[in-house]
Amino acid sequence: MPNLFVEQLSFKYLHATTPALQGVTCTLQEGAVTAIVGANGAGKSTLCYALAGFIPHFFQGAMQGRVRVNGKDTKETPLADLVTQVGMVFQNPFNQISGAKLTVTEEIAFGLENLGIARDEMQARVNDALDLFGLRAAASQSPLVLSGGQQQRLALASIFVMQAPVMILDEPTSQLDPDGTRQVMETIETLAAQGRTIVLVEHKLEWIARLAARVLVLDQGALVADGAPREILERANEWGLNETRYARAARLARERAVRKNDARLPQTLEQAVEWFQH
Amino acid sequence: MDIQIRDLTHTYPTGVEALGGVSLDIAAGARVVLLGQNGAGKTTLVKHFNGLLKPTRGSVRIGDWDTREHSIAQLARRVGFVFQNPDDQLFKTSVEDEIAVGPTYLQIAPDEIQARVAYALDVCALNAVRAAHPYDLSPWQRRWVAIASVVAMRTPIVILDEPTTGQDAVGLARLARLLEEWRAQKVTVVVVTHDVDFAVEHFGDVCLMAGGKLLARGGAEVFAETAHVSRAALDLPQLMRLAQALGLARLPAHAEEFVDALAHENGS
Repeated sequence: MPNLFVEQLSFKYLHATTPALQGVTCTLQEGAVTAIVGANGAGKSTLCYALAGFIPHFFQGAMQGRVRVNGKDTKETPLADLVTQVGMVFQNPFNQISGAKLTVTEEIAFGLENLGIARDEMQARVNDALDLFGLRAAASQSPLVLSGGQQQRLALASIFVMQAPVMILDEPTSQLDPDGTRQVMETIETLAAQGRTIVLVEHKLEWIARLAARVLVLDQGALVADGAPREILERANEWGLNETRYARAARLARERAVRKNDARLPQTLEQAVEWFQH
Repeated sequence: MDIQIRDLTHTYPTGVEALGGVSLDIAAGARVVLLGQNGAGKTTLVKHFNGLLKPTRGSVRIGDWDTREHSIAQLARRVGFVFQNPDDQLFKTSVEDEIAVGPTYLQIAPDEIQARVAYALDVCALNAVRAAHPYDLSPWQRRWVAIASVVAMRTPIVILDEPTTGQDAVGLARLARLLEEWRAQKVTVVVVTHDVDFAVEHFGDVCLMAGGKLLARGGAEVFAETAHVSRAALDLPQLMRLAQALGLARLPAHAEEFVDALAHENGS
């Protein structure tokens, strides 16, 4: 059952001259990863804010259309209620740290405290998150002295523990090394398999190809494409996306007649091996 | 201007030894990339170049200056630094005022400041937002404002900590052009990044770090040293992974090299 409906959504920030979103309509399925891709400035983060309710409740501007999360219209539902339905990890993890807590453990527990979660349950969730996101060794450290990668893991952990059925992840691995990225992506895959609705904004298209069931492409605020990853990502250059090197090499090999393969361009290592061995 | 690092050790007040005896020479005009997992010591290392950190043991020389004997303000004349989090260095109310801060501090003449700001706005594609408040911009735009601020300083050494973060194809192409401009101007450039594909395509001088130590240094061939790549907890660049999987003899850095290698294997 889909639990996220977006209907003719348009939004212009308060002092902006052009709209950040124009007439976006889509429904997102639970238990799946839906990727949102697009060039910088296309409206990806703005769409995320609208899905999480920060538009209209936090960001000022002109909103038209509607977003419904598990049947609740985000315009009519207080943000305090929406956060139990939708968790969002911001693009800049440094902005997600509350600054109100002295340790990583306390920071992760912060949201749960505000929801009045029972202490035993809170401790169990926080302990799971410390291990899942590789923060056990930093548990007693101040969030403010963490590295960029650690702060990003902390942001993910803080939202993970809220157990919202919908998770919006805006470039959640931007600060992470390949190992860290892999761990987070595997966790995302597990969460989707457990039934959560995951919205993932990413520039790393190889991971989009691996994880996403569906890819939405934004271009200048409009939804311009919606489809299966390999079909969409083949047009990466058209939309200013960071084409995988696999796709780039396959295209070049085809152009130079080093390979005669009309199959869709590969986006992962496995697809590339198959494509080049054809 | 060159950078000389001798047996550099840095221990944070928490007791964590982030660098354990790093020695490295970076020649004037060189373009070097530092790769390694989170916690390898990359940012700790580069923060010694502009004096944000001082050695616990060992030394860092920026040209003929020992960083232990010069303040951050003095070192700012020689080393431009773009932080991993650009928000740490933005504090003016307009983009063009922000870019002008560095040259103003250097007491550059007003018309020269104006020229430098205009150049930096152009090279960093910020003309359309020159009057905007930096904090009204998206994170990727704020990163470019921080880069533009360093461009306007015209220091002989530039350090970019994770400049590829959040960049789309246009942004990466713009960054690549800027690296070429700096190469032509013989600026010494040190970049920290996790983007191994960008690194291998644009840098012929690659340093692998792990556990606070320098593991290896060289061209693209450093990726062929499996033990070092494993210790650095890095993924191989995509085309090198593919070349290995296909059993190609060469590890290519670019798509053109990869296709050449394929053609060679085909005998075509």
